[in-house]
Amino acid sequence: MATQDTLSGMNTAPQETHEGHKKFPMGSIIDVVTAPIFGSTPLWWWIAISISSTLLLIFLVMVGVLVTTGVGIWDINNPIVWGVGIINLVFWIGIGHAGTFISAFLLLMRQHWRSAFSRVAEAMTLFALATAGMFPILHVGRPWLVYWLFPYPNTLGLNPQWTSPLVWDAIAISTYGLVSFLFWYIDLIPDLAAVRDRAKNRLVKQIYAGASLGWRGESAHWERLHSVSYVLAALAAPLVISVHSIVGLDFAISNLPGWHHTIFPPYFVAGAVFAGFAMVIIVAVALRSLYDGMDELITLDHLEKAALFVLLTGSLVGYGYFAEIFGAWYAGHIGEVIVTVERTFGPYWPTYAGMVLFNVVIIQLFWFKSIRRSHTMLVLISLGVTVGMWLERFVIISVGLSYGHMVGMWEQFRPTAWDWVTIFSPFGLFFTLLLLFIRFFPALPGFEVQQINDEEGWG
Amino acid sequence: MSNVQFYNFNDFGEENPPEPQRSLENKQWQNIEEFTDDKDFASYMATNFPREAAVVKRAGMNRREFIKLMGASVALGGLTLTGCSPSRRQHEEIIPYVQAPEEVVLGMPLFFASTMVMGGYGTGVVIETHEGRPHRVEGNPNHPSSLGGSDVKLLASILELYNPARSTQVVNSGEPSTSEAFAEAMAGVVENLGDGSGLRILTEMVSSPSLVNQINELLEQYPEAQWYQYEPIARENVIAGSQLAFGENVNTIYRFNEANVIVALDANFLTGMPGSIAYAHDYAAGRKVREDNTEMNRVYAIESTPSNTGAVAEHLLTVRASEVEAFTLALADALGVDGGQAADNDAWTEYLEALVADLQANEGASVVVAGDEQTPVVHAMAHAINAALGNVGTTVNYTESVIANDAVASQQLAQFVSDLTSGSVNTAIVIGGNPVYNAPGETPVAAALSSIPFSVHFSLYYDETSQSTAWHVPATHYVEAWGDARAHDGTVSVIQPPIGALYDTAMSAHEVVAMLASDERSGYEVIRDYWQGEYSGSEDFEKAWRRSLHDGFVAETAFETSSPSLSGDLASAVSQQLLTANEGLELILRPHPHMYDGRFAFNSWLHELPHPLTKISWDNVAMVSEATAEELGVANGDIVTLSVGTRSTEAPIWITMDHPDNAVSLALGYGRGIGGDVEADRSFNAYELRTTANAWMAQGLSVERTGDTHRIALTQKNFETFGTEPVASGTLATFLDNPEFAQHESQGSSFLAGNWDYAEDSNQWGMSIDLTSCIGCNACVIGCQSENSIPTVGKTEVLQEREMHWLRIDRYIDEHSSQHTAFLPVPCMHCENAPCEQVCPVQATVHDHEGLNQMVYNRCVGTRYCSANCPYGVRRFNFKDYIDDTPILEEQRNPDVSVRPRGVMEKCSYCWQRINAARVASSTEDRPIRDGEVLTACQTACPTQAIVFGNINDANAVVTREKAQPHSYSLLDSELNTRPRTTYLARISNPNDALYVEKTSESKEG
Repeated sequence: MATQDTLSGMNTAPQETHEGHKKFPMGSIIDVVTAPIFGSTPLWWWIAISISSTLLLIFLVMVGVLVTTGVGIWDINNPIVWGVGIINLVFWIGIGHAGTFISAFLLLMRQHWRSAFSRVAEAMTLFALATAGMFPILHVGRPWLVYWLFPYPNTLGLNPQWTSPLVWDAIAISTYGLVSFLFWYIDLIPDLAAVRDRAKNRLVKQIYAGASLGWRGESAHWERLHSVSYVLAALAAPLVISVHSIVGLDFAISNLPGWHHTIFPPYFVAGAVFAGFAMVIIVAVALRSLYDGMDELITLDHLEKAALFVLLTGSLVGYGYFAEIFGAWYAGHIGEVIVTVERTFGPYWPTYAGMVLFNVVIIQLFWFKSIRRSHTMLVLISLGVTVGMWLERFVIISVGLSYGHMVGMWEQFRPTAWDWVTIFSPFGLFFTLLLLFIRFFPALPGFEVQQINDEEGWG
Repeated sequence: MSNVQFYNFNDFGEENPPEPQRSLENKQWQNIEEFTDDKDFASYMATNFPREAAVVKRAGMNRREFIKLMGASVALGGLTLTGCSPSRRQHEEIIPYVQAPEEVVLGMPLFFASTMVMGGYGTGVVIETHEGRPHRVEGNPNHPSSLGGSDVKLLASILELYNPARSTQVVNSGEPSTSEAFAEAMAGVVENLGDGSGLRILTEMVSSPSLVNQINELLEQYPEAQWYQYEPIARENVIAGSQLAFGENVNTIYRFNEANVIVALDANFLTGMPGSIAYAHDYAAGRKVREDNTEMNRVYAIESTPSNTGAVAEHLLTVRASEVEAFTLALADALGVDGGQAADNDAWTEYLEALVADLQANEGASVVVAGDEQTPVVHAMAHAINAALGNVGTTVNYTESVIANDAVASQQLAQFVSDLTSGSVNTAIVIGGNPVYNAPGETPVAAALSSIPFSVHFSLYYDETSQSTAWHVPATHYVEAWGDARAHDGTVSVIQPPIGALYDTAMSAHEVVAMLASDERSGYEVIRDYWQGEYSGSEDFEKAWRRSLHDGFVAETAFETSSPSLSGDLASAVSQQLLTANEGLELILRPHPHMYDGRFAFNSWLHELPHPLTKISWDNVAMVSEATAEELGVANGDIVTLSVGTRSTEAPIWITMDHPDNAVSLALGYGRGIGGDVEADRSFNAYELRTTANAWMAQGLSVERTGDTHRIALTQKNFETFGTEPVASGTLATFLDNPEFAQHESQGSSFLAGNWDYAEDSNQWGMSIDLTSCIGCNACVIGCQSENSIPTVGKTEVLQEREMHWLRIDRYIDEHSSQHTAFLPVPCMHCENAPCEQVCPVQATVHDHEGLNQMVYNRCVGTRYCSANCPYGVRRFNFKDYIDDTPILEEQRNPDVSVRPRGVMEKCSYCWQRINAARVASSTEDRPIRDGEVLTACQTACPTQAIVFGNINDANAVVTREKAQPHSYSLLDSELNTRPRTTYLARISNPNDALYVEKTSESKEG
């Protein structure tokens, strides 16, 4: 394959520089990054896309049934009025958070190692947001009217109801989506241009030419690109905090025992970055293993840094769990005590136990360097975190709603077949988009890595 | 409180009130019929009426049925003014509504007084009609059996009128036939009746004076004919007990409002006896504890199958049904009544001593009630005890029997069956009832009916009995045909139909008997002629007749009280009839509180309504106590085979609080085999076990697990409160000690929300619910359902906790009372600081200028955040499309209430449409809305007047006075500062100090 020829097979092998960095020849990194686009489609990609597009199809069927039958196909009820729709919303937005965190925060902090993940993380953000964005729409009883949540001019002179966190949500998520898209796309332009330059097929060339918006690599272009990136990073960084804080406020604002906690906004943000990094690790390990040469661009050192982030944010999440229990005790409200006890020891105990196990206990293994550098362990623990964070949202939403103020209304959530479909099928949408992305777009910011490489070496 | 001003005097402005006109055969539809005669019906429908086509397809209707149904619904639209039945077509012209008949104002309901009959006993009702369509039935405030209250069966009876399962056509040997064919067949039969020796008539229990007279005249015409009455719930033991005590059949009427001590011997006098609605009213009147009234009655319930009476009684003693007799004898013995017999049950000693002391201290002001299902001995001894306590004439009154025919119903049915099989009978006329389904097991009704040449069954539904008779003819619903009945105290009550028969084929009992007697008069004429003949008053009969129609009953026709004397040898008579003690497992059969004897098996409101105590909807269960379940090795939902002798049936086990050990209770009324599109997947028939001897209880029951289980749909799963105290409760002593015991510190106004700027003289609506009066009967729930067009969702959806009732009654375990059930009706609280309003993203739920929390259905997108944030859980969401668009069902809906589509939140509106109606009425008269002018549907339904609604800005309003009571409290307000407009009066009980030691904070742990 092309990659073999470009990196290891190059006549000039990478040279060791100071601090253990490698230095690749000029242009070689761009070659590696763009190579998969021109190479023949590998078998694993076909297998992966057939699985994920099948799931996507199931997802679409679910949407069709949902819209024609009503949200009653899920096991939501009175009083558990929110179910997998909202759980999935929070879960997928959380997945997306690492992308913006990596591209915005770490860019502003000049953390160069971020470039190894930034492109794929940003793409993940975008696709996770696209997936997440489906759910507030699918969740409502009359999805065709969901635009009423936005302040748009209308003959009734009606505004949304500004005190509702759902309105904040609508605005925060759509802003976040827009900024994430811009950030991702602006960053993509030089690489798209590189693809354009390497394309042999006329049609392909024209498509990438259009997508690269006339990029010619002039220094004025580069200057504008850098300033726009930094401006957008400065805009996006607070959004990382605000979006998930506002999602947290959906719960904290309400009066339901188990929801009404001031800890929710920061704890939601930490949880989101936590879940996002876990997903980044999974995708990065996959890229490393599947594309030859990638392992030299996404190095074990990079993965280790991501693992440390998982450990850090996971510990913050663990603190959140503790703070919830403390809050319930400190508030002294009987409802809080009930929900705290019931979710830990009641019929839902496996979900709570699973949540603590995956999100707090298992990640402690990342204290060991050997585990941080083991592909298998990284993937296993990250998968655990993904499951654990889904369980966390389940515990908050479904379990919280099960133990309301009126004891007589207590009910239990029993997932229907459609609930299971709704839990798993969105992965079809997410991975289909992601697979299409890595097949047709440069999965690493080639120009950035090249630039860092040329200036100070890579690795 | 009286809503008399609502009644529209039924003044017809004609010499004779017209008989309600019959349905219209509209030209338009005839044209379609003509048109479709040469076109393909289905494709025509699909192109021109796609929505109706779907209905036709779903119902599997053919063209003829469809046209009929459409004809009926068109007819309903303009019923009071349009044509007549095809046989008597007088008006060629359709009268447009612009020339409205007198009285009818579009959009303004008319109210007609009438009577609903169950078990022969009539209860006065008021029927609300909109543009000629009856839409709602509730109790008649002036009628002695209602006093304005209602029960669930009465309220839900309106749904029977529109029930799509109702029979619409004449059936002959299983094949569709016509009224003409039936009339011809009947004419042939009548011709050959001779002396009537071949004629047998079977009716339900009859108290109607005119019908009795009509049948008696018929029997004079055909002296050898026989008339029998049968119903499965026919007070046979009450009659036998009366015979035992007095040697004659007397009717007992209780005055609970005059009693300080009430003893219920397995008697569910609050919801399970003729006159219960009035009894519940009287019971509550004796316990309206207020700042200025601290008098309160006390109830002792000795009970087998748990009922509402036991649930609210101060002192509940659970015994097996067969032990009630021994307890009664022990009580009689302790009171020194002849025939008493001391009990050797130590568990009762303390209870008995306290009870006896209490009774003796309240001679003449106590009452001992025996349950309809209890043995004749219990009834006889209760009569003797009441006599000994001097209660006769004060709290207990005797009159002559209300039911026309005193003979024991099951014996009458047995006689009917043996007549039929004797070979000399060739004609059986069965008017109403469903004996094939509900006869005692040993009586082969179906075989007998099918063995004779001519049999006919008149009934609302094509049911089990209809299948066994040669002919089936639809019967009229009581709002469709004239009639009369006697109330529980004998008051003559008029059945006045505000609508003609929806189906031309339907006949009333009077019309059937007239047909037999070759009487050409209509049902209306039969009744009017009878009462004209009976009339002896001084004023013009026409005037008296109209007044009776207006009132719904004939004033001062209650039976004279009599004073029958106890027979001298009561003691020895009783001793011969005693039950033999039995230690085995006992079966207890009881009427279901909603299904009654099974006649409501097609009524989806009553099916979905949760059982008042178990909160089970859609199912019949075998109730057992926890200890017995353990002993039998069964768990909730296990289907068991129950066998008594050679008879057996299956039922799922349900462990029930307050159920006696060593016994299994099963309710009648389920397990209808046919046509049950309303019934759940599988249902369980208690009649399989029922025989004449074992009508209400049986010994030697065996229970065996089948290995199957059954999913039971519940609307409430926790009765425990886990320390949350939703119900503020205390004893009378607590109240006297600290009247404000229920109040919590309020947090005052919040700077964030809830500081509304109301106009100073605006109406500010509020509600107060007296938990001391609430008996948990569910009447408010059905009252709300019929008023607000609330859909039923079916068992599958209830299993997913999606019932739509806007008002629910929670049952909680009360820690501060001598017995542990507390009922808590929960409608919307209409909070001033409403959590729902603050989180709705689209302003679909908002506060209005009169303090109401309004739900704007059209604006709702269905995020359900309001419901997640409602601490009371009163919001209901349309998870699916719950609207049943069967055309005939649409006719029942309230035209003043929007139908809610899928994906929209709904909740209690404080009957906003009623507030609006009062607003219109008051503004046209340029006056403020009067107190009591707006009555919510739950309020009018409530038999105990526990619910009070009104303007809290009016210092003199009843609701304002209730809210000013020291024991008024708000639910969850102290924790959440929601400031609800619905408040509660704390539950106060009045335990006997000898039996109950108040739990103080120290002794609470112990």
